[in-house]
Amino acid sequence: MWKYFVPLVLFGLLFAVLRSGMNDIIDGKNVNELPSPLIGKAAPEFELPSLADPSQTMGTETFAGGPAVLNVWATWCSGCRQEHPFLMQLSESGMVPVYGLNWRDTLPEAQQFIKQLGDPYIDSAFDGDGRVGIDWGVYGAPETFLVGADGTILVKHLGPLNGAIWQEKFMPYLVPGE
Amino acid sequence: MTARLSILALLFLSAAALAVDSEEPFEDPALQARYEKIVAEVRCLKCQNQTIKDSNAFLAGDLRREIRRMLLEGYSDDEIFDFLVERYGDFALYNPRMSGKTLAVWIVPGLFLLGGAWVLVNIVRRRMALPIDDAEE
Repeated sequence: MWKYFVPLVLFGLLFAVLRSGMNDIIDGKNVNELPSPLIGKAAPEFELPSLADPSQTMGTETFAGGPAVLNVWATWCSGCRQEHPFLMQLSESGMVPVYGLNWRDTLPEAQQFIKQLGDPYIDSAFDGDGRVGIDWGVYGAPETFLVGADGTILVKHLGPLNGAIWQEKFMPYLVPGE
Repeated sequence: MTARLSILALLFLSAAALAVDSEEPFEDPALQARYEKIVAEVRCLKCQNQTIKDSNAFLAGDLRREIRRMLLEGYSDDEIFDFLVERYGDFALYNPRMSGKTLAVWIVPGLFLLGGAWVLVNIVRRRMALPIDDAEE
């Protein structure tokens, strides 16, 4: 009997380790979404031309001092069109200021896009060459960040935003008293 | 027959010749060598299992450009890797750095190999200890 003991225990350990690696899949989480190392760290500072008025700038200074949503978007990104109605709703609710980071676009196209579809953002910063995107660990649009009142990144979501994701991932940080 | 085989072989070879990087090579061959090495070790996070060397995605081009800039400004390889890991996490590198989290990735396969070797040695030892008669029909 003894000779079966060790292999059985090893098998049990292996099973436990591998099975625990499956937890995220079983929970229904998007396992292609990589955890951001920026969570809990200070939001990387930036100052870029403003979409509303390119002679002015918009950046981390603009939304400092209060919680804010920074949504990374682009005109060529289909997921951004998908989440656009929700962003309009969010912005209209006044729950939290919504800012945009226009990523890898041209200025005229970006301005045209929000003129046509509606502008959910208080303002968008124009990141044409993606340099600021790299600092924020952006690797695909849309991405949405929640920045806390103290300037720390609280949440990062990869992919289109909707009501359910907002409730589950973002709302817990916006409950009064947080 | 050999003509067909050669054509087939050539077809396979041509697939590997995709040059994605349209930038000029560095003037300094040492920098170019470092660039090539670094770029082959960074994962293109958008593309799942391509390096930024091979990928056409926006992110890959952006990161290649950024790495070029850093090399020209005199950053070391480690500083460049640090820069990427700070923003994108350990997963950004094909060879994850040694840290508490990544230690398991490096050590566990080694443990399995040692464990397997030990088992093998034991099996062989046992076989060798058996009287020679058992090896016959």
